[in-house]
Amino acid sequence: MQYQSQAVARPYFIAAIVLFVAQILFGLVMGLQYVWGDFLFPEIPFNVARMVHTNALIVWLLFGFMGASYYLVPEEAETELHAPWLARLMFWVFLVAAGLTVAGYLLVPYATLAKLTLNDLMPTMGREFLEQPTITKIGIVIVALAFLFNIGMTVLKGRKTVVNLVLLLGLAGLAVLFLFAFYVPDNLVLDKYYWWWVVHLWVEGVWELILGAILAFVLIKITGVDREVIEKWLYVIIAMTLITGIIGTGHHYYWIGTPKYWQWWGSVFSALEPIPFFMMTVYAFNMVNRRRRNHPNKAATLWALGTAVMAFLGAGVWGFLHTLAPINYYTHGSQITAAHGHMAFYGAYVMIVLTIISYAMPMLRGRNAANSNRSQVLEMWSFWLMTVSMVFITLFLTGAGILQAYLQRVSATPQPFMAVQEQITLFYWLREAAGVVFLIGLVVYIASFFVGSRDAEAVPEVTG
Amino acid sequence: MSGTFTKSMARNIFYGGAVFFFLLFVALTFDTTRALPERDNRAAITPVVALGKRIWEENDCIGCHTLLGEGAYFAPELGNVYTRFGNSKEAIMAFIKSRPEQGIPGRRSMPQFHFTDEELNALAEFLKYSSEINTSGWPPNIQG
Repeated sequence: MQYQSQAVARPYFIAAIVLFVAQILFGLVMGLQYVWGDFLFPEIPFNVARMVHTNALIVWLLFGFMGASYYLVPEEAETELHAPWLARLMFWVFLVAAGLTVAGYLLVPYATLAKLTLNDLMPTMGREFLEQPTITKIGIVIVALAFLFNIGMTVLKGRKTVVNLVLLLGLAGLAVLFLFAFYVPDNLVLDKYYWWWVVHLWVEGVWELILGAILAFVLIKITGVDREVIEKWLYVIIAMTLITGIIGTGHHYYWIGTPKYWQWWGSVFSALEPIPFFMMTVYAFNMVNRRRRNHPNKAATLWALGTAVMAFLGAGVWGFLHTLAPINYYTHGSQITAAHGHMAFYGAYVMIVLTIISYAMPMLRGRNAANSNRSQVLEMWSFWLMTVSMVFITLFLTGAGILQAYLQRVSATPQPFMAVQEQITLFYWLREAAGVVFLIGLVVYIASFFVGSRDAEAVPEVTG
Repeated sequence: MSGTFTKSMARNIFYGGAVFFFLLFVALTFDTTRALPERDNRAAITPVVALGKRIWEENDCIGCHTLLGEGAYFAPELGNVYTRFGNSKEAIMAFIKSRPEQGIPGRRSMPQFHFTDEELNALAEFLKYSSEINTSGWPPNIQG
């Protein structure tokens, strides 16, 4: 750690991991409800578990992005953070807001939460992923603005690197696009049209800039490859991301009342969306192969390569699988969508946050560069347990989705939704089993922070 | 990625590409906005339908169901439930009203929301309005 103020990243990373645990526990609850319909009913209905699962994910990724920014921006800018106190204050504001919101989901019926938080004054609740009470959303905007101000001022006063610039662009885009969460027209088609400006333009747009910037930072640090080379790749990758991803929004405009021409725009451009992810995989491996130093943090290198591969598989391949309009006609809103969502979020965003945590946390905890061998081995075990189980979760959901689409939509005698669900229960059981393995991986991951923490630091291998 | 292809060329492709395709997206959005009145059934949006949408939102129905294919995949698609229930608002209202408080042993069940008749009617009106949006022929059949 080169600058003292980088230390503000630490609580952000810890909060991220705590919420990650909550996300996975509620994921397992939902998975069980898929096969055991009245599990925890009516205390925790499926929709409540789902809100906790998805919102915890979004919030912990945001904690991760903010922690990543507080860690890497000062180092890139070669200056202390503009206002460390503001970063510490905003941490608590965000944590309390997130905690109260989750408590609200769990303790009172959603309609009561809407009343308590005066949703009538400015209705924004009850849309997928944006279920937070309006007051929470306003809190998110305040935290985001304070964060952007802090990061922006730091970038301004220091060295302006491409990594910092791209990160700042991504974060600013994240904040601006979130404002569409406040636009909830009565017209359902318009509502859905602009809802995607938050959801799609986040995960298939500006978040990829954040992903690219964090990955570039870690690759520069662990490989020692010339910054110029990495920055050029970064520009090309994010150029392809936005060139394909912006119009690629059209793949959500096939069946929601929008004009038919979106079937062409959406199919053509989103068919190209795997390209930047493929480039990212090639680039990550290339940089690691051309490394000019052997960094002692092997776990961080593994996460960096892993995120590139899994983002390509989850977002690229599994996205392409159902993005062409004639195919999407049968798979829209099925378990295929769930399969893609799981692997894409894990590969692109969970893993990039775990990459930066893996790289930064040893320094934040007083190491020179890396954890001991013992903790790294454990961390790498958790990498494989979580990653392989996520591959299986995705495969089982894909199996469920193919059967669902066939029985309910393709077959000559289409069957009702619930009748189909009963026939694909086996896949849901298998998915739940894979989910348990994921949880074990997560426990191992957390253990890796404690096991071997007193051992000597790992040293780089000497190559001949 | 070497030789004549420089970092500033890469940067220009990024900025140029991002701006160009964003503007194209805005242009398509304008055209969509112009075309929507013929497809989005806006004439049917009465205050009752708007109330129904609010009830839909304030009970997080999207947390279990899909609506025009978007939402959660735990419970049936509702964009066409009006037609699936025989073009009957009454059938929709009766279904919601009759959900058992304690669920159905071993099975998925919709919660009992204790809606008033006015709220039930508004929800049903909202679902009827949704079913009359022109969705380019989706879903493929009545099962959603």
